[in-house]
Amino acid sequence: MSNGKHLVIGVIGADVHAVGIRILDFAFREAGFEVTNLGVMVSQEEFISAALETAADAIMVSSLYGHGELDCRGLREKCEEAGIGDILLYVGGNIVVGKQPFNEVNERFLDMGFNRSFPPGTDPQITIDCLKKDLGVED
Amino acid sequence: MKSKYLLGDFGSTWTKLTAVDCAAEEIVGTAAAYTTIETGIEHGLAEAKDLLLSAHPEFAEAEFRACSSAAGGLRMMVAGLVPELTGEAARLAALGAGAKVIGVYSHELTEEDGEEIMANHPEIFLLTGGTDGGNKACIINNAEVLASLKPSFPIVLAGNRSAVKEVKEILRDCEYHVCPNVMPRLGEIEITKVQEKIREIFLNEIIQAKGLSKIQSMLDNILLPTPSAIMKAMELLSMGTENEPGIGELLAVDLGGATTDVYSIADGSPSAMNTVLKGIPEPHAKRTVEGDLGMRYSLQGIIDAAGLLRLEELSGIKRERIMELTTDLRAHTDRLPETKELLALDEALAKAAIEIAVRRHAGSLEEVYTPVGKVYAQAGKDLRDVNKLVVTGGAIVRVEKAAEIASYCFYDFNEPNSLKPREADILVDRKYILSAMGVLAQSEPEHALRIMKKELSHE
Repeated sequence: MSNGKHLVIGVIGADVHAVGIRILDFAFREAGFEVTNLGVMVSQEEFISAALETAADAIMVSSLYGHGELDCRGLREKCEEAGIGDILLYVGGNIVVGKQPFNEVNERFLDMGFNRSFPPGTDPQITIDCLKKDLGVED
Repeated sequence: MKSKYLLGDFGSTWTKLTAVDCAAEEIVGTAAAYTTIETGIEHGLAEAKDLLLSAHPEFAEAEFRACSSAAGGLRMMVAGLVPELTGEAARLAALGAGAKVIGVYSHELTEEDGEEIMANHPEIFLLTGGTDGGNKACIINNAEVLASLKPSFPIVLAGNRSAVKEVKEILRDCEYHVCPNVMPRLGEIEITKVQEKIREIFLNEIIQAKGLSKIQSMLDNILLPTPSAIMKAMELLSMGTENEPGIGELLAVDLGGATTDVYSIADGSPSAMNTVLKGIPEPHAKRTVEGDLGMRYSLQGIIDAAGLLRLEELSGIKRERIMELTTDLRAHTDRLPETKELLALDEALAKAAIEIAVRRHAGSLEEVYTPVGKVYAQAGKDLRDVNKLVVTGGAIVRVEKAAEIASYCFYDFNEPNSLKPREADILVDRKYILSAMGVLAQSEPEHALRIMKKELSHE
């Protein structure tokens, strides 16, 4: 049964990791969300266009190849420009180069305007719980 | 079954008539006559009919059916939310229905947009925006702007179904028709129903309102806008019927005096594993119109788009001379190429127009370097494996070198990322019958298909 909340998900930048995003697609649907899965190699503009048309409640950015920090820069500002500045922005995966303490990484992504970021190996259920909390979905 | 048909094509200046014997599956004859809207299309038709009947009196009682692009064709405006998504889906839907798209709006319509809409008086407005369950604010705002204009034109509503109830309420004093969303889910386009509705409105209202003729029976026999007839003919030729196979995926170019239209009946999805499709998937039957590329009225557009250097290269005429000749052609749009020099120039213009129009119609590839190697992002349709090319249009069907000219739209190793056909059999519409066959296909698809297979000339 759908909970009425709509998510736009995808793998940002020149990243072609196609498996994880399908797992997330499945997990989010199972949890009751409506999902628009943009697949791999998604640009910031495509995330925003999709969120506009579908009136999404959150944009969920995946990045596995280490360049996430560059790819994500400016996404919040572009959302503001497009009139959806309040949309919930999550990011997760191997979002930075190499091994860096995740609290520092998290800090940087929060500074960029993301609401939450998730380290490698996060169980989808943790993200689902956060989404439900942030979007006010009752279980 | 009726056996003899007279198939008409009402253009803005010419009425063409094709006599078809269905039983023999033959084009018996063709005729054309000058027409104007002022005098009514029946005069041009009567003249063309006289010409035909004098040679073929047995067609006096033939069934009459026609298509029309007279009085400006079918003028449409469309509105969507995001330009690349519902805006593009709406545009593709209108073009595929044979319309002349005179305005495309995205996001929220403003008061100024409203004034522009009224100044350009579209005949149908296609209002879209939002996926099903998605954005409602935009289409509701746009319905309000349209309602405030007290429009005399019908509105086809094909947006977010969750907003339909509210939009209907806003448009209660306007004429509107509700269709399924052109983009029900992101990246999926559903335009067949919208196109059927557009055709229905064209038949029931627009043809009547255009003042083409005072003779009702004549208007009743106009079945399609001309570009839509050509689209129908091409779909039939490509896909066939239950009992008669088609010729497979194809590309068709209609080179005219004012525009160059390109049709593809092809899937066009990425053919290689390392290619990712970006943007919306385009319809199997896709039409584009290049309003800036035409052999007479839009001649300047060809020069601007191709560049004098390219025309010099194609024609072997010096650029100063090209300028002189084209200035003269623009002033005399009815001029036929009577000298060798003009013929060379016309051929060069045709090659350039076809090259550019097909480049714009076909998809493209972009190389992207990723940590796992090179991959390609494809936008639009990959037509490289399409191996049939149909050429038609007043500006080319009587030109001797039609096939050579047409071959300029093929894949070019100098622009490897433009996904044009690599090579193709070229079929030239020498008898200029495609629009007539699209009309005939409405009642006699198998005959129309077999006649096309027979009459299109392999060159």
